[in-house]
Amino acid sequence: MNKNSTRPLEEAPAAPPLNDLARTVRRESLRMVHRAGLGHPGGDLSAADILVALYFGALQVDPRRPNAPERDRFIMSKGHCSASLYATLALKGFFPWEELKDYMQPLSRLNGHPSRTGVPGVEASTGPLGHGLPIAVGAALAAKMDRASWRTFVLTGDGELQEGSNWEAIMAAAHYQLDRLVAIVDRNGLQQGAPTESTIRLEPLADRFRAFGWAVREINGHDFAELSSAFQAAPFAPGRPSCVIARTTKGKGVSFIEDRVEWHHHVPSDAELSAALRELGDDLDA
Amino acid sequence: MPEHFDCRDAFAQTLERLAEQDPRIVAVVNDAIGSTRLGLFLKGFPERLVNVGIAEQNMVGIGAGLANGGKIPFVCAASCFLTSRALEQIKVDVAYSQANVKLCGMASGLAYGQLGPTHHSIEDLAWTRVIANLTVIVPADPSETAQAVRAAAQMDGPVFLRLSRMPVPSVHPPEYRFRMGAAVVLKPGRDVTLIANGTMVCRALEAAALMAKEGVSARVINMASLSPLDRDAILDAAETTGAIVTIEEHSVRGGLGGAVAEVAASACPVPMRMLGVRGFAPTGDVEWLLEHFGLTPSAIRQAALELLEAKVRQ
Repeated sequence: MNKNSTRPLEEAPAAPPLNDLARTVRRESLRMVHRAGLGHPGGDLSAADILVALYFGALQVDPRRPNAPERDRFIMSKGHCSASLYATLALKGFFPWEELKDYMQPLSRLNGHPSRTGVPGVEASTGPLGHGLPIAVGAALAAKMDRASWRTFVLTGDGELQEGSNWEAIMAAAHYQLDRLVAIVDRNGLQQGAPTESTIRLEPLADRFRAFGWAVREINGHDFAELSSAFQAAPFAPGRPSCVIARTTKGKGVSFIEDRVEWHHHVPSDAELSAALRELGDDLDA
Repeated sequence: MPEHFDCRDAFAQTLERLAEQDPRIVAVVNDAIGSTRLGLFLKGFPERLVNVGIAEQNMVGIGAGLANGGKIPFVCAASCFLTSRALEQIKVDVAYSQANVKLCGMASGLAYGQLGPTHHSIEDLAWTRVIANLTVIVPADPSETAQAVRAAAQMDGPVFLRLSRMPVPSVHPPEYRFRMGAAVVLKPGRDVTLIANGTMVCRALEAAALMAKEGVSARVINMASLSPLDRDAILDAAETTGAIVTIEEHSVRGGLGGAVAEVAASACPVPMRMLGVRGFAPTGDVEWLLEHFGLTPSAIRQAALELLEAKVRQ
């Protein structure tokens, strides 16, 4: 971890660096999963930098007007990583940060999988995999019909791309030349029980998207310069939807969680949580 | 014989009128522009008809996304493919999400006849009516179809419209006004009640006419709105006629008969007969199949008379 960046958030003169925000999201995600006794911490940590780069960079969204017609849409197709999504949305101001402690508690609107009707900022109810991309294609089609300038972003897991519905949507997006659509693949290489490549092979993933008519960039999904640059640059080619294959590490940021398949939905013990928070600079939350 | 109408025409014409009036109205189809009668819609609004190809899961997801973008999508496909292939999308992307999507299941029931059980849609009402937040409507004639399409467009929320392509006569008087959640008594009666929807309403009326000649007074209710369900109409029928026959072009399990029985059994149990499809259908054209499953006026009459005997014995 970046040991130099231990400055408390409240002392930051301007907006905190994205790195700090992402570590805040990681810490809170782990606390949420620990409190709830349920969750998907590996994927939460994998996606944290992508979410922060979107909500504190590329996305034109206003938490005070979550339903503004001209807002950019972000659809979290990997809905099981709700903890990191909720933490990011709360950090952005869509709902109170204190509410995160209610994650998965009885009657909380912060369900284990995000609900469009319950949570401000959530654009689509997701959980079953392979749903986000078709919805994103529909949203991008609506914008295209209206000749509107807002963009649609969707984050899918990589294992999720084994769902055939994604490839229906990938075909349709290219056919309809949806160049204001950006699909981001959280390419951490692991699914629930094993690597994607030993389960059902996805590679050559970039070539597959290209063959379907998309413009593709492969980037380091934990490098904010690369993430921001890719999101700003999209569309990568006129008339083509853009795919960002974000190479990530599942469990990123905590040495004993990183790239460990069992942490897909392992709930940290008290000791594991403390150790993880130390690695993630928990003094920042003091 | 009275003039018969293919309700798809009323459906498509109404959708075209709505699209003229409201730019948010769009259509989504799975390569079935002809069988959904949307050729003129495509001509009039080429940019507002999305053909997703043969991809029903994507079709329903795209509908939810269009709704997110402020559109009112009418997602049209043969009911067998729409409801079974994309059921998870219907549940999650549309109903759970309260997305303003109008699902239009065409050629439902046994309409595809000898094309066989792969193309019959005799489970769609059971699947859709148990999904929370999803309004389920089964219109019986052209007027009701047109009104149901308008009502669906006007309400903000998910709707499943179950349509047929089997020609039916008009069953409603010209002044009839369709309302979501309201059943309509098409013929008063005191001995037994026939509750039907969709293509079976005209047959229930014919059966009631046969029975009237024999001095039996049968009430006929059109239960076009399967969800929400008009509990009062069912309970009144149970209390005042004491016997209910349900008739549907659908499996006898889980559809209209099941819905009516759930209400009656919990509040006013009466003898019932449920007419519909049993098991996967054998090969046969639609008229033959309807006869095979006892969905003709004379078979409905017979079932009602048998039920009356059971009621009297009680």
